[in-house]
Amino acid sequence: MVYFILKRLVQSVFVMLAVAFLAFSLFRFVGDPITQMTGVETSVQDQERLREDLGLNDPFIFQFGRFTGDMLQGDFGFSYRTRQPVAEMIATRIPATLELGVVALIISLLVGIPAGVYTALRPRGIATQAILMTTLVGVSIPTFVIGIMLIFIFGVQLGWLPTFGRGGTVQIGGWESSLFTFEGWRALLLPAITLGVYQLTLTMRLVRAEMMEVMRSDYIRFAMARGVPMHKLHYKHALANTMVPVITIIGLQFGGVIAFSIVTESVFQWPGMGLLFLESIRFVDIPVMGVYLVVIAFFFVLVNLVVDLLYVAIDPRLRVKDV
Amino acid sequence: MLTIKDLAVKFPSRFGDFTAIADVDMTIAPGEIHGLVGESGAGKSTVGAAVIGLLQSPGFIANGELSLGDTDLRDLTEAEAHAIRGDRISMIFQDPQTSLNPLMTIEDQLIETIQAHSDVSHAAAHKRAVDLLEEIGIKDAAQRIKAYPHQFSGGMRQRVVIALAICTDPELIIADEPTTALDVAVQSQVLDLIRRLAKDRKIAFMLITHDIGVIAQIADRVTVMRKGRVMETGETAQVLGAPTHPYTQALMDSVPPLDRRIDRFRVPDDEPIAGAKGPTDNAAEKWLLEGQRHDLTGLTLQNLTVRFAGPRTSLFRKPDPYVALDNVNLEVKPGSIMGLVGESGSGKSTLAKAITGLVTPTGGQMMLGDAELPYGKARDRHHPSRQLIQMVFQDPYSSLNSRHRIGDILSEPLWFYGFVKDADERAKLAAAMLTLVGMQPDALEKYPHQFSGGQRQRIAVARALLARPRFLICDEPTSALDVSIQAEILNLLKDLQSVFGLTILFISHNLAVVRQMADETAVLRNGTIQEVGETEQLYAAPTAAYTKSLLDLTPVMPKAWQSTS
Amino acid sequence: MVDFLKKYEGLWLFVHSPAAIVAAIVAVLIILGAVFAPWLALVNPYDLSSFSLFDGLLPPAWQDGANPKYLLGTDDQGRDMISSILYGARLSLVIGLSALTIAAVIGVGLGLAAGFYGGRFDAIVMRIADVQLALPAILTALLIDGIARGILPTAIQQDLRVAVLTLAIALSLWVNFARTARASTFVQMNKEYVQAAIMMGQRPIRIMFVHILPNILGPLLVIMTVDLASAILLEATLSFLGIGLPADSPSLGTLIRIGMQFLLSGEWWILWIPTLFLVALVVSINILGDFLRDVFNPRLR
Repeated sequence: MVYFILKRLVQSVFVMLAVAFLAFSLFRFVGDPITQMTGVETSVQDQERLREDLGLNDPFIFQFGRFTGDMLQGDFGFSYRTRQPVAEMIATRIPATLELGVVALIISLLVGIPAGVYTALRPRGIATQAILMTTLVGVSIPTFVIGIMLIFIFGVQLGWLPTFGRGGTVQIGGWESSLFTFEGWRALLLPAITLGVYQLTLTMRLVRAEMMEVMRSDYIRFAMARGVPMHKLHYKHALANTMVPVITIIGLQFGGVIAFSIVTESVFQWPGMGLLFLESIRFVDIPVMGVYLVVIAFFFVLVNLVVDLLYVAIDPRLRVKDV
Repeated sequence: MLTIKDLAVKFPSRFGDFTAIADVDMTIAPGEIHGLVGESGAGKSTVGAAVIGLLQSPGFIANGELSLGDTDLRDLTEAEAHAIRGDRISMIFQDPQTSLNPLMTIEDQLIETIQAHSDVSHAAAHKRAVDLLEEIGIKDAAQRIKAYPHQFSGGMRQRVVIALAICTDPELIIADEPTTALDVAVQSQVLDLIRRLAKDRKIAFMLITHDIGVIAQIADRVTVMRKGRVMETGETAQVLGAPTHPYTQALMDSVPPLDRRIDRFRVPDDEPIAGAKGPTDNAAEKWLLEGQRHDLTGLTLQNLTVRFAGPRTSLFRKPDPYVALDNVNLEVKPGSIMGLVGESGSGKSTLAKAITGLVTPTGGQMMLGDAELPYGKARDRHHPSRQLIQMVFQDPYSSLNSRHRIGDILSEPLWFYGFVKDADERAKLAAAMLTLVGMQPDALEKYPHQFSGGQRQRIAVARALLARPRFLICDEPTSALDVSIQAEILNLLKDLQSVFGLTILFISHNLAVVRQMADETAVLRNGTIQEVGETEQLYAAPTAAYTKSLLDLTPVMPKAWQSTS
Repeated sequence: MVDFLKKYEGLWLFVHSPAAIVAAIVAVLIILGAVFAPWLALVNPYDLSSFSLFDGLLPPAWQDGANPKYLLGTDDQGRDMISSILYGARLSLVIGLSALTIAAVIGVGLGLAAGFYGGRFDAIVMRIADVQLALPAILTALLIDGIARGILPTAIQQDLRVAVLTLAIALSLWVNFARTARASTFVQMNKEYVQAAIMMGQRPIRIMFVHILPNILGPLLVIMTVDLASAILLEATLSFLGIGLPADSPSLGTLIRIGMQFLLSGEWWILWIPTLFLVALVVSINILGDFLRDVFNPRLR
């Protein structure tokens, strides 16, 4: 078990290194950093001196080492566009994206898992067919269209909910949260649903497929043959076994949540990391792009480590040795 | 007590209802072990599923009576039927590896089952569970009950499964192939346990199996089924000893006896292959004999050792290697059949893979005739042994590429080894070979899924022969087949060997089959050869303790019941 | 007849699945419309001279003030909506299908080889796939777009938009193919027909493509259908975010982005008609994908 966790840790470090390398390559090779940092009036000699000072003439591997070292110390460089430290720019945007992502994930799990269980247990029911058809349409509507539709119905036509921004926010420590005001929740609702719909359909279909697989297994049939009460059979035996693969995939889906948060933030003008990333692409602000990548990869790796721990908690085969 | 009358089960499909079983009559008394025997597709599992009310959707009982004591099993609501399951009827499944919920302890599963059917406290249920485990032979039950299923070995797991089935004192247990996944020694223990439970607790067993040896050993009465109908039913001694139905007779004829060798199985409509009674003008036969003109080739293994990397459990320690084969010495004489017997995990398949180059040995020497066989990784793609050694695999459903026509499958070796340049000639030779192995030549145009398991195995044999091998490895060639089909394939292999004088390594877990086939027999256990000897001698007077116990524990039929051929 | 249908089970299922039939009809109609757009369309939306600002913002034919010539109305530039949509769908499909082809070739090739050789090669391919997974489709596509902006001179950028977009989508989809091909190959590797071919000494290339590939086409076909839908969605999303195709050569996504400007005004058709069209196309493809999944994996039925 310790080995299992250690192995995953080592893998995570490799993924992080690979992404850091990607970010570094971006910084180093997409456009010349010196040209970006200096204006036209800087002389060639000054440019050369700066290049030497920044160590851009050093061997590649040294540069990468220094880049990684700086990152580990929280030094993420400066934005080409705003000349601000990138760390600060990203840090102020993290709470908005995380709150959006987590609420969306919770919505998708709260609806997706029960719906998946229901449709797996009644595969021929009319409600099941209706749900399946709805989710099929759900995955087929692009996230931005769902956002537009929600804005149109609840924002424009009904006028119930705000269509952009975070509403009222509260500063807690350095964290700007919209979870503690009514206005904040009102603003959060539409973006979170928009982001949650796609994940919801994925979760539901996955739970359904796994649950149907488990229901066919020998141990469920044996439990049936022993007359284990139906509710225990479904929720204790079957669902627990279903969750083992489902949790893994949900961890992987976190990447999807982040990706689609870019779209959602764009539709709702939600001031998160995704919106910042979009702006940085438009202005070819390489340092921001690179750091965004690293931060996203970090969250992804973190979530998947938590998933591994959950996995160990659920499955005794990873926890308990043979005797 | 259990009464089945005129039972019919149908499965609706879009091509009309498919009748899985019909007109099934059967009674089982308390304490009786009732064998239900038949080949695949006989519908025996369907009978069991119908009794316990767990027919696979969308199957349904179309007709008949089904009663347990005074209870009409067909006249129950879904809830009542579920209450009876476990309480009065329970079930044992084939594979103990998959029948237990991997995420729950044995204790939780036992207590949950006990409490589902009787209103007892947790402590009382716990006590009963521990007592029960002790009773069925699990030592240290108070400790072991806290374990998860994966912490038990296969045999122990099947005991746990049985404990779960009997923890509510059912009147009837349906045991669906309860020992098929187990090794001989464990099988014998489980059968003893079943017999004891029937005697002491008066539990009735419906023992569903394809293994007539198992039936002969413990069943009081037996019902023989075929294609969803009952062929014959009665006392075991009477049905197996003096079968009246032609099907039962044919079935008994095709069971290989453990205690003697017979020349040829009596199989209806089975003829010796062309050439068995002297040369014919079959093109494939001539072509093969022509290739056989060279000297016969034997195989010698010296100190052959294969180690695999074990599962890694620590970052700092190198994983312990798993020794699959340990200093194996074996000599297969030219033109003879060497039988290799071993239970699952003994390393017999690894041996075949080492010879064919799929597995790279860690040490030792392999000689084909006078030439040394290079290890797997070092063996060139064009090495002559790749043609001279051919293999017939276990599973005819996976050994033929389902997307290729039979014609393409059979022509491939002719084309690949450069025997026949012309495509039409290749097709002609392939067709002749099909005739030789007892198939129609029109099979060339068809795909594998259009054939039965036995026919596919014939095609697989034909493919191996079309490489003009000198050394043929048969790795469990009949263990995926029904016993009557097995008899046909064994007859075929015997014929081919006698006509073409092939050198064969015949691998099987089935002692009785090996006795019928092999000139010499080697017994393999945990990667080491226990003993090698001339077959008749080895079976009559085994020297190794392991061979003795294997022979003792394999279920056999009393001599009086055996067919007289 | 019954025998014939048993043989072609997929066909039987198809004629008995109304959803699949409708989806197939819709998909085929849209694809035909896209292919023959130059002959079907009233105006060429790329050619500024073929339409006029005076025809701008005309509603669909059934509303007051419409010009019956423009069945679904016009946009603010006076472009016929139907023409824009047909050309837009054409562009979306071209990008989607090219991206899909590239992704399939790379993914299936790598997946087959990873499954066949296993060991270190497999580990490397799968680690790359892991990193790719940590950077989901939209992110990859955005990133490639950003890099292209940084590297390519502005003048070439416009010309290469379609190529960059296609490449970006292809790169984000290959992982699906690779993982599916690898998993299916692993299953096939344990089958005895593959072992027989290896024993014979056949070339790895032949074993992979002649023996294994035909046996894993089923799951790959399903992935292909589902990923075609993803590719179209991805293209639309990128164009919507304003980093896909520019307004003068609009794809479906670009049309929707343009339509967003009219969300609050009365010209609903400029936004909702292309949207409806896009959703109809993707829903049909997804229904067909689901249907294929059922055919190849009957246990989930």
